[in-house]
Amino acid sequence: MSEVETKKCPVIANHIKVALVGQPNVGKSMLINSVSNAHLHVGNFSGVTVDKTEVLFDYKGYHFTVVDLPGTYAFTDYTIEERVTHSYLCAESYDLIINVVDSTNLEKNLQLTSELMSMSKDIVIALNMDDEAKKEGIFIDASYMSELLGIPCIKVSAATKSGIDNLIEAIVTQYEAPKQESKLIFSEAVEEEIAQIVSYLEKHKYKAKNSYRHVAINLLKNNKKTYEKIHDDPIWTELQPILIEASKHIELHHDSDDIKEAFAEEYASFNRGIIAEVLKQEVVEEKKTLTEKIDSVLIHPLFGIPIFLFFMWSLFQLTFELGAIPMDYIDAFFGWFGDTIGAVISNDDMRSLVVDGIIGGVGAVVLFVPNIIILFIGIALLESTGYMSRVAFLLDGFFHKFGLHGQSFIPLVTGFGCSIPAYMSARILKNDRDRLLTLFIIGFMSCGARLPVYVLFSGAFFSPEMAGNILFAIYISGAMLGLIAAKILKLTAFKGADEPFVMEMPKYRLPSAKLIWHTVLTKTMMYLKKAGTFIAAAAMLVWFLSNYPHNIELQNEYNTKIEKAVSESDKITLENSLNSKLLEQSYLGRIGKFSEPIFAPLGLDWKMSVALQAGLAAKEVVVSTLGVLYSLGSDVDEQNSSLSTIISKNIPFASAVAFIVVIMIYLPCLAASVVFTREAGGIKYFFYLLAFTSVTAYSLAFIAYNVTKMISG
Amino acid sequence: MKTLIECKKGCKAKVLKLNAPKELKQRLISFGVMKEATVEVLEHAPRKSTIEVKVGKMRIALRAEEAELIEVEEI
Ligand SMILES: Nc1nc2c(ncn2[C@@H]2O[C@H](COP(=O)(O)OP(=O)(O)OP(=O)(O)O)[C@@H](O)[C@H]2O)c(=O)[nH]1
Ligand SMILES: [Mg+2]
Repeated sequence: MSEVETKKCPVIANHIKVALVGQPNVGKSMLINSVSNAHLHVGNFSGVTVDKTEVLFDYKGYHFTVVDLPGTYAFTDYTIEERVTHSYLCAESYDLIINVVDSTNLEKNLQLTSELMSMSKDIVIALNMDDEAKKEGIFIDASYMSELLGIPCIKVSAATKSGIDNLIEAIVTQYEAPKQESKLIFSEAVEEEIAQIVSYLEKHKYKAKNSYRHVAINLLKNNKKTYEKIHDDPIWTELQPILIEASKHIELHHDSDDIKEAFAEEYASFNRGIIAEVLKQEVVEEKKTLTEKIDSVLIHPLFGIPIFLFFMWSLFQLTFELGAIPMDYIDAFFGWFGDTIGAVISNDDMRSLVVDGIIGGVGAVVLFVPNIIILFIGIALLESTGYMSRVAFLLDGFFHKFGLHGQSFIPLVTGFGCSIPAYMSARILKNDRDRLLTLFIIGFMSCGARLPVYVLFSGAFFSPEMAGNILFAIYISGAMLGLIAAKILKLTAFKGADEPFVMEMPKYRLPSAKLIWHTVLTKTMMYLKKAGTFIAAAAMLVWFLSNYPHNIELQNEYNTKIEKAVSESDKITLENSLNSKLLEQSYLGRIGKFSEPIFAPLGLDWKMSVALQAGLAAKEVVVSTLGVLYSLGSDVDEQNSSLSTIISKNIPFASAVAFIVVIMIYLPCLAASVVFTREAGGIKYFFYLLAFTSVTAYSLAFIAYNVTKMISG
Repeated sequence: MKTLIECKKGCKAKVLKLNAPKELKQRLISFGVMKEATVEVLEHAPRKSTIEVKVGKMRIALRAEEAELIEVEEI
């Protein structure tokens, strides 16, 4: 019995739950990645992490649960993500806080530290970016700093993984050691007021969990919780006037009418004192840092935007040109694979299911992996170099005209990868109106899953030299439509004053190849996994719906005709017409025929309208459905040609344009719609989105179809 | 009385007062834009709609409307 207990006990005792807190972009997520094998999203701008994530790992006999929280500049509820952090710290249970700070900008980072120090929790400070600090000639005396603050300060670098062992040891020691009173010292004026309140509390033997000094500071800072607690105590009536008087004195001392501002100034001067003691700048700072030199080109008032457009254009050129190289191999591989497998399966139905349904459908999606990878690399570079915030800066003036906030750029760009994280990252917008507006137009930024459709169609109708430009044009016009939609929404649904725009511009960082590799790999694996599971299932469903019910009569009727046919060409014509008749009377064909009248004004045949409807589940399904439908119903002599050739032969150009327009605008996939509804805060917003996107998609596709038809004659 | 938006590119100034509403003021303070702090104007976007300033070691972007709320004295 006792043996079991002793065995069990250490396991529980060894469990440490740590909350990771720090200002944005100091490397919290990267620090977790470097101690565990997690692959949390890392990027060089504020607001990468917008939700809390728990990571579990073992280290030297201890079980750790680390909670990655969104970065926060101060203890405010300015944006939703900051609210996540604030409420986590106040309401959840955890053993210890790791306060991650950027060693190259201590002064700003310590502002938050000071606020954490008034929380009466165990803290360990991780002085991150030690490698950068060294390069910039900044030396911090960590042990002296620990002594001055009464908090262990450990130099680490998440990038080079140095100091990680020390950090964990410090956490364990701090966890096991008794709690220490923080050593935060205020100016004389404030200390006097604190002393007065403390002596009052002592006199009345007020019962508190924390020290009187702690209670006094929180009362002066207007801390809600402390207030609520003491409010019900009989001493309140006497204490209140004392507090009011004290606050007045402090505000007077700081020449401000805002107690928060006064305390911020107190913290700042305390921190300046600490920094003067512990920090040595060995190399004199250059007049212009590298970042400022790069900025003078990249955010140049005249050239900034053209440079950005050039980058985008190059990205889409690369996506098409480079992506096309491995495509032929992939295509050939799936062709060979289908033939090989098909030869083994004797049952006709089974063979068709495996070869046309699964291999055809999944193959059509996997074919575009190279393009997707290039797009993901582009986005990863934008995110990790620090260029993202610059573009937000450049475009703010332009965005502002359309009623958008400059920071909307960040979720919008994320939307080019996938709409789901984009909806989440709209949380960085402070104002609910701005956030909703952004949520509504994220869909206009074509996500990675739509790229295959664009590549397929631009490849089918344009020469390889032009196709890259077409791709760029599709994306840009999608974004433009988004801006116009934003303007319309701003003037009608989301009227209101503009929110302030203040944003940190991080320094430029050269991302490591490993970081890019991991970011791109994670996203690509997700795409492949989806192709292997969801898309394969959808392809099977489409195959089933397009093959059943069997119409034996029709088949027999044609078979006798074919047998009677004399010439070879007659036979082929008959077979082709049998195939398309069979497809038309299948379940899918019936659905398609049923909805055809709705899509007919857009010039879309029933196959295309079925593909569009299937795309509501996921945009990848559009291509796989087209793959299945056109390979089943296509002419026999086309069996071996690529989907792109089949499309260029069977679809009129004007219809293709209308099809692309619908793809650009209509509802995002099912998963994204769910996230949208959650982030927007209600099912009614989903119906607004549905109505808004459907009406826009339909009318613009109608216009596009007719205009193209007129022009091309 | 001068505000930050009136400062030319490359000029350095000392912050005298923040006339911003409460929330924005707190945000500015947490960025280090508080009384006595030195700010430097680094870059203007076209038509001065947005500016980039340096406070301490940090660069921040502000819209003209926000910069107008920051009273400064050139140094
Ligand atoms: N040189 C260097 N760069 C680092 C280090 N730690 C993080 N970075 C970089 O700093 C940037 C921010 O890293 P993140 O881990 O995303 O920061 P975060 O604190 O999680 O940011 P938010 O989620 O926005 O609050 C990335 O570009 C990292 O590559 C480090 O120790 N050294
Ligand atoms: Mg993070």
